[in-house]
Amino acid sequence: MPPPPPRITDMTTIDHNQTTTADLNPRTREHELPRKAHEALPTIFEKDSPGARAITLPALDVPQTTVPSNLAGDAPAWPALAQLPVIRHYTHLSQRNFSIDGNFYPLGSCTMKYNPRINEYAAAHPGFAQLHPLQDDDDIQGALAMLYETRTMLETIAGLDEASLQPAAGAHGEFTALKVMRAYFRDQGQAQRTVVFAPSNAHGTNPASCAMCGAGAVMVKVTPQGYTDLDDVKAQIDKHGEDQIAGIMITNPNTNGLFDKYIHEVSDLIHSVGGLVYLDGANMNAVLGKTTPGLFGADMMHYNVHKTFSTPHGCGGPGGGPIVVRDFLAPYLPVPQIEKDADGRYFLDSNRPKSIGKVRSFITQFGIMVRCWAYIRACGPVGLREVAEQAVLNANYIAALMKSRFEMPFFEPAEHRFAAHEFVTVPKKLLDHGIKLDDIAKRLLDYGIHAPTMHWPIVNCLMVEPTETEPRYVLERFARVMEQIADEIEADPETVKRAPTSTPVRRIDVVAGDRKPTLVWKN
Amino acid sequence: MNYTSTSPAQQQEMLDTIGISSIDELFAVIPTTSRVQGELDLPPALSELELQREVQSLASSNVGPHTHACFIGGGAYDHFIPAFIDQMITRGEFLTAYTPYQGEASQGSLQAFFEFQTQIARLTGMDIANASLYEGASATAEGVLMAINVTGKTGILVAETLHPDYRKVIETVTADLPVEVMTVPARDGLIDPAEVASLADDRTACLVLQSPNRFGLIEDWSGCFAAAKGREGERAGAEPVAVAVFNPIACALLKSPGDCGADVAAGEGQPLGIPLQLGGPYLGLFAAKDKFTRKMPGRLVGQTVDADGRRVFCLALQTREQHIRGAKATSNVCTNQGLLALRATMFMTAMGREGIRELAEQCWHKAHWLAKEIAALEGYELQHTAAQEGAFFNEFVVRCPVPGERVIRHGKAMGLLPGVALASERLGGEGSTQSLLIAVTEKRTKDEMELLLKCLKEAAKS
Repeated sequence: MPPPPPRITDMTTIDHNQTTTADLNPRTREHELPRKAHEALPTIFEKDSPGARAITLPALDVPQTTVPSNLAGDAPAWPALAQLPVIRHYTHLSQRNFSIDGNFYPLGSCTMKYNPRINEYAAAHPGFAQLHPLQDDDDIQGALAMLYETRTMLETIAGLDEASLQPAAGAHGEFTALKVMRAYFRDQGQAQRTVVFAPSNAHGTNPASCAMCGAGAVMVKVTPQGYTDLDDVKAQIDKHGEDQIAGIMITNPNTNGLFDKYIHEVSDLIHSVGGLVYLDGANMNAVLGKTTPGLFGADMMHYNVHKTFSTPHGCGGPGGGPIVVRDFLAPYLPVPQIEKDADGRYFLDSNRPKSIGKVRSFITQFGIMVRCWAYIRACGPVGLREVAEQAVLNANYIAALMKSRFEMPFFEPAEHRFAAHEFVTVPKKLLDHGIKLDDIAKRLLDYGIHAPTMHWPIVNCLMVEPTETEPRYVLERFARVMEQIADEIEADPETVKRAPTSTPVRRIDVVAGDRKPTLVWKN
Repeated sequence: MNYTSTSPAQQQEMLDTIGISSIDELFAVIPTTSRVQGELDLPPALSELELQREVQSLASSNVGPHTHACFIGGGAYDHFIPAFIDQMITRGEFLTAYTPYQGEASQGSLQAFFEFQTQIARLTGMDIANASLYEGASATAEGVLMAINVTGKTGILVAETLHPDYRKVIETVTADLPVEVMTVPARDGLIDPAEVASLADDRTACLVLQSPNRFGLIEDWSGCFAAAKGREGERAGAEPVAVAVFNPIACALLKSPGDCGADVAAGEGQPLGIPLQLGGPYLGLFAAKDKFTRKMPGRLVGQTVDADGRRVFCLALQTREQHIRGAKATSNVCTNQGLLALRATMFMTAMGREGIRELAEQCWHKAHWLAKEIAALEGYELQHTAAQEGAFFNEFVVRCPVPGERVIRHGKAMGLLPGVALASERLGGEGSTQSLLIAVTEKRTKDEMELLLKCLKEAAKS
């Protein structure tokens, strides 16, 4: 491998509003100004050009009505820019981002797979994109048909009975399902059941969602092999009392990158004391079409459609967090539900007396559901199964390539402990050279690779999830880059401590920002 | 089609490297009884061309603002969206980027969110804003949760004039908490500060008041917030939090939440360049006084420096958030509405202060012209006194001589979506069947409004 670091993305971020000495250098062209990328890009507030308009409106075609002075306020103090400077601004901003389209994101538990453009085409169709949520059902039969099919497909993939498409993201789905859980127990005269278990390697959203529902999350241990500690679950049940247990929130495959081989025992145990099993579906990509949460004992679950079903992450959202439940929990799902009557007409049903109500306005993240639908329809049942197979194969392949140099506490092929779609590595020997995990992450950026998930589910770990869409050469390059970074650390740790050196900015001082937060631009 | 990139031959070589002979061995840990037998019962795979046809078939069967002139509001509005936003937002560097945890690789999104926060703070007259929540109703509920958190009090005052979905979400979110949601009753579509004063007491955590409210009427934010807080020192313990639910377009013309003494401003950002798309994904806006900085829900972007001392942006105060704080986080929100916040910031930048003011003025003038014309029609009247007096923004309730549903049906045949019936289950299912909520944006032309007037006249006789 040639010496690092290669330039990784086009970092040409020249701003023509701002004249600098570099702009006046006759030998430079904008594409020849890599160092210019290292200068701060002016904010829109610094580009204010009073009187400029990027957009004009038609002349007013009705008589004016005076706004009473007691009601009138000031126009917002937003800058004025002409249209080209607006376009340049956002183009230049975009060039300062990593993205799946340009980079590999081995981000454990985030499932950063390719986002097919046909899904964008579908969502942008005016017949989907321009529907008002308060229109009559008869106006939107095609949209409701699509939602209904999405609902049934998500039920099938879950192996459970009824889905609600309402939650806006995974954490919102958790919250919604916990509300359903509590409503069910209240209806059963068992409102005292408020204890929810979550393994110590659970997503942070799990306990946070419990807290929002007035339910106490009790963390249960994970065994050294990486599975939920059955004995600790038993001990916690004894400690809190069987009749206090609402259920367990469990991620399977879990965040240690293992299919939990005790999942049936855990499910049976929770069911035996009258509790419910909630599956955090963040890792569904590993089991699509191979097994279903219904088959391994879950009573309810959420999907992260921006993970499993390829809807774009969009710099942090929007997501989609549909939940699916067993039939005895269905009466408590949010309203409205998407239904089909005997005549084949689709309708939104708000008449569900036991429903928990609403967790958001209107119906669902409709535009996200269009993308989810398009993805599942493109894949079909065989394609979805192959997604899981390739995702798991890719993770195990990288793990096998990296194993000689990087400690992997849970990946033991010799003991038939394979990775699911992701694996955890704890580079202890490298950390002994006086570097921090963050240094490895930042050095990866220099190679054009986004850092894996770090320090989670265990301290000082990297969690790697390649997804099924990456070609083999990308997986191999990642393994080689990781080895090369290991070489760099052993030769001279300063190389990685200085990283990143090829991104638009150098290492960011997050702590300084938090000490005295500046959250809005000030002149 | 499943978008994988590996050939069967490559798969075999990869299996050899791992030291196994088949992919099935990787799944051997799944108990036999838990395995899917055969394939899942899903429709067969479609090629892209077939899928395009399927999209065309389902989407083109729908009627909507793309086919009919839309006078439906009720929390989502048919506003103008500049063409460049659709183009810019599909750049892969925005569309397919992850949450900006790795700041050095995400300066584009971080700077855009920082600018977004600043624009929203300036629009609402507040000190700070976050980088987005899911949508307006859940953003409002987060405001309530924050109020409970910062005051340690249990009384939630919610105006009867709040959008019914927002009310329902607040009820759902607080259902299992030891708090009490109380309704401040409305008179003739408005909240009287005296009603607030009679309900507010030492237990009051917050007052939630929307303006323009669910009927489009402009509420007395200042009077009601002052009534909730009482005279200085009147309330024992923490002062109640004033939560203003706002419409971002109205804020560009009318007094802002900050002008009126709000502590928190929560609202729906859909009018800022986001397509209607049947109700989502939308954009939860959340702004507040800076004393709440460390109690804010959701992601915040802050300004800091890099190793060379250069101004850069990063996620700020992450110790508030669930991935670090777990059960003690200020909210469970993780994924937010990044791409929609980007759309909104592009919209706000393109409009600028003059453009947004003009757009808001056009909404006002057109809505007021149409309201006057409707009120002059035989059998029709503006339902609320405040609307008759002109204290509404871009939406008002009309009392029709016939059921609103009949007007809607009649309008559809004329190429109109005349409004939404107040009695509609989707708007809470309350109100007279003859009440129609009508919204007017800058997009509606005089011709379209005249067509609506014709529709109303005809419907009254039908």
